[in-house]
Amino acid sequence: MAEEMRIVLRNYGKIDPLKIDDYIAQGGYKSLEKASSMDKEALIEEVKKSNLRGRGGAGFNCGQKWSFAYRANADEKYVVCNADEGEPGTYKDRLIMENDPHTLIEGMAICAYAIGAAKGFIYLRGEYPQLIDILNTAIGQAKEKAVLKGFDIEVRSGAGAYVCGEETALIESIEGKRGEPRFKPPYPPSEGLWMKPTIVNNVETFASIPVIIEKGAEWYAGIGVPSYPGTKVFTLTGDVNNKTFFEVPTNTTIREIVYQFGGGIPGGKKFKAVQIGGTSGAFIPDSLLNTPVAFDNMSAIGATLGSGAVFVLDETRDIVDVTTRIAKFFEHESCGKCAPCREGTARMHELMELVNSGQGSLKDIELMQKLGNVMSIACLCGLGQAAPAPILTTIKHFGTDYNAKLM
Amino acid sequence: MDYKDIIASYADKPGGMIEAYHAVQRELSYLPVEAVTEAARVFNLPASAAYGVATFYSMFSVASRGKNVIRICESAPCHVAGAAEVVAALERELGVKMGESTANGQFALEYTECVGQCQATPVITINGKVHLDVSPAKVPAILAEYK
Amino acid sequence: MVNLTIDGIKVSVPEGSTILQAAKEVGIKIPTLCHHPDQAVKANCRVCVCEVEGNRLLAAACAQPVMEGMVVKTRTPKVIEARKTILELILSHHPQDCLNCIRNGNCELQDLANEYFIRDNPFTLKVRGLKKDYSTPSLFRDPDKCVLCRRCIEACTVVQSVNALGLENRGVLSMVVPTMGGDLMDSACVMCGQCIHACPVGAIGEVEEIDKLLAAIADPDKVVVTQIAPAVRVAIGEEVGMKTGDMPMDVFVAGLRQVGFDYVLHTNFTADLTILEEGNELLQRLKEGGTLPMFTSCSPGWINFCETFYPDLLDNLSTCKSPQQMFGPLVKTYWADKMGIDPAKIYSVSIMPCTAKKFEAARPEMNASGYRDVDLVLTTREIGRLFRMSGLDFDKLAGTNFDSWMGAYTGAAVIFGASGGVMEAALRTVYEVVTGKTLEDVNFEVTRGITGIKEAEVDLDGTLVKVAIANGLSNARKLMDQVRAGESPYHFIEIMACPGGCIGGGGQPITKANAKRVERIDSIYVEDEKCAIRKSHENPEVKTLYDEFLHEPLGHKSHELLHTHYQAKNKKYL
Repeated sequence: MAEEMRIVLRNYGKIDPLKIDDYIAQGGYKSLEKASSMDKEALIEEVKKSNLRGRGGAGFNCGQKWSFAYRANADEKYVVCNADEGEPGTYKDRLIMENDPHTLIEGMAICAYAIGAAKGFIYLRGEYPQLIDILNTAIGQAKEKAVLKGFDIEVRSGAGAYVCGEETALIESIEGKRGEPRFKPPYPPSEGLWMKPTIVNNVETFASIPVIIEKGAEWYAGIGVPSYPGTKVFTLTGDVNNKTFFEVPTNTTIREIVYQFGGGIPGGKKFKAVQIGGTSGAFIPDSLLNTPVAFDNMSAIGATLGSGAVFVLDETRDIVDVTTRIAKFFEHESCGKCAPCREGTARMHELMELVNSGQGSLKDIELMQKLGNVMSIACLCGLGQAAPAPILTTIKHFGTDYNAKLM
Repeated sequence: MDYKDIIASYADKPGGMIEAYHAVQRELSYLPVEAVTEAARVFNLPASAAYGVATFYSMFSVASRGKNVIRICESAPCHVAGAAEVVAALERELGVKMGESTANGQFALEYTECVGQCQATPVITINGKVHLDVSPAKVPAILAEYK
Repeated sequence: MVNLTIDGIKVSVPEGSTILQAAKEVGIKIPTLCHHPDQAVKANCRVCVCEVEGNRLLAAACAQPVMEGMVVKTRTPKVIEARKTILELILSHHPQDCLNCIRNGNCELQDLANEYFIRDNPFTLKVRGLKKDYSTPSLFRDPDKCVLCRRCIEACTVVQSVNALGLENRGVLSMVVPTMGGDLMDSACVMCGQCIHACPVGAIGEVEEIDKLLAAIADPDKVVVTQIAPAVRVAIGEEVGMKTGDMPMDVFVAGLRQVGFDYVLHTNFTADLTILEEGNELLQRLKEGGTLPMFTSCSPGWINFCETFYPDLLDNLSTCKSPQQMFGPLVKTYWADKMGIDPAKIYSVSIMPCTAKKFEAARPEMNASGYRDVDLVLTTREIGRLFRMSGLDFDKLAGTNFDSWMGAYTGAAVIFGASGGVMEAALRTVYEVVTGKTLEDVNFEVTRGITGIKEAEVDLDGTLVKVAIANGLSNARKLMDQVRAGESPYHFIEIMACPGGCIGGGGQPITKANAKRVERIDSIYVEDEKCAIRKSHENPEVKTLYDEFLHEPLGHKSHELLHTHYQAKNKKYL
């Protein structure tokens, strides 16, 4: 029986997010104090040893990323928090920022100390205007209490662009430009914001840091699956009884998430599919539900953990229709910089509409498969590479639904 | 406040043009051409670049639109929860189609990306304020708040 | 050095090289579309993708730096499927009217479609049906054809700092547009045409006016007279399958006669004349405390730029018209009189390496002769088309000489075609005028070459004159900002809008790399060397012109016919 374990949400409901003293009373900012007394390399080594992997989707070892920025020589470095959680069905970062903004700020400050940065940015998606005041209040309080030791954080708003969740697009957006991804290399830890060494981590990643420093790398590395240890916050949507959120160790299986935490399918209906990781995630059939949600286990079944969104469909749902809707989303969100994504997402949507409206043929399905395979390996950034996943996986696992709609 | 003063107040923020655009829209609901060229001047960019930014982000509009911007999420979780019926109700109630504004300039109707309130779908926002668990029946009461 | 293997071939390249560069070393051609040899890496078309062993994702060869031990495969089935699919995607959004396209036969996308034998495109053709932009007299845009490689934007912003082009919208709706999505004419566009060279397809081109020429030739009442700009000859051969510089001048002239021109004259004549007028203007400004530094005024793209971005510096511009516009009024006055031809019957056509010249000729003030001074401007490319249509075999065509008057020229005029040439020509003359001595070595090497900004100090018998030369408008901008700030150390500045000068002009044969511009520059100086007379003031026909008609440089007639004034453009958006 899987159980909830709250690390990033440890203070959820326990404190008044607008009162720094509440946070401090729970042991807040002690980890920053401790980190600041450590040798920087030792601190980064500790984060590395915890094997904390970025919660934004790419799953890169966090400490290793920090070490690149630490070693980079520059007059200025930046810490950037990716709070552009744009994956439909995801709101975990909002929960953290809304209920415990200081844990994010503390995590960022620890990173700033480790890499030698004096300035940080929180890139907050434009759809969360209500969080600007909460974050600014918390930052103001932390500065007033002088806990940040000269580290300054500024909140910047996005303006409605899913692609800005990609770290280099996000950087471009902070620079006031069109949010288009850059070609990598150079990677942000060597040349990021204003071409200076920059660490971009997700809200959930930063929120894990204070606890890791407090309790130690070994403790953290022992939680969940060893290759992707720790906890993960999931948000449940679609056809589940509990449309809610929870934080669990990474060895929790998909089945446990849907049935135990989600309380199963409402109305006595049968399960059909679950999409994990947000709208770019794979659709997973019943036969694969025993897979642990950890990064590599998900990769092994052709899925991703992504943002931790869990979108459940019951047997009555028209999965081809839902996938058509998703294809439309990607057409709208492609930045247009690279040809296969710009043209490919539009063609995918066109072909899905054709099939969904009963005018498609087997040739159209085959064309989508070919196009999807090309996009997944040839597009410039993660958006275009991931965009075909829902289509490819529904064709693979729910081919009969497609066939039923063909001319 | 005049758009020039609004933009000027962001002048010393590196890369602050997007913040300035948000602020202009809070006042005017859209970005008039003059505001875009003014932003270009203040942030020392060519007008073509300032225009490129203004047309990239879905929250910005360079075309005039209604004062109260209603945005409806049609992401998959809202879609399966009945977003299409909410769209139909809003279109009916306001007498305009998605992407249009009412003739009296009161309302603009648009789609939005997911607004991260998926525990209570379908979701709409009006001027950034979130309305949860929206159903066609609730639409008239919600709109009444802004009339 | 970094060692890697490409398609089983070992190669060592310097660190920081891309896969594309490494592959070229060993003779492997990787297809590209957004890549441009003189521009920043874009990596947006993805046509150059390759497999790198150990990577799930394909790598963009144009951008991916090589790494030690890397194993690259450039033509596996996976790679070929990806490239073909990407091409199909681009083509399915592109009008299939190659036969009517200005770039038919000279299009990078067409070449790729051929190389990858695109036959039955599985994607439905969807052309956007956007409005073509014919708002300027020089350039047109056909946005439906745009493949969004963004090379034109880089040419317009980075190379020229004009910033008339940018992006609009995003995703499949994104487009390259003039500022604010309006017409080119409302933008800051200076009509230099560098975007045409950057464009891999036919989304931007010159406004074609060959039909107007053919109509004039067909009209028995018209006397069709042409002038050829100095930069045209070195490049026209490229249009008819010759190497750069290989078209002999007399054969070129014979070709023009064959296609129907009644008289073939040379802009070089007025280039020499420009030197006398402009050289004396400089001396006058130096002597009388006029506005300095003085800027040259031969390049209409540059004039547009100055009027658009530096209206406060218009007094620094030489009042001399460009050689084209000095030629225009002279043909319809002096020449007409000498030849006994009614100027009303003269149809004056100039053949230019330039797109901005079309705009210049159409300026309302350019009618000093009492008629429109230059009736038609055709680019080198348009003459190339006319030549190809004519069926002429230039290897067998016997050469003929220019007509007189206004056909004679010196080496000093020839070098007008290259950046630094006007300066060098001016120095050759000014030196002799000021010092009264003979200039033994006429070669001013420091003024030559494609370097963006060149400077020199010339000793005119005790008077030191500091000069600077810029080609490409972002280089010009640097010098202008200096002038505006009151920090310019120069007396005389030559500016050519286009990289390399007129040989790289917007109307020249499509120029995919600066290396081609360098070749043309070399060819210009070879021609100069061959000229018996290399100083403008020694041009015998120019001397006659002064004796018989103008009487003196900067004199009354000169002012009436050869000098002009400038006006701030007050563009809506910059």
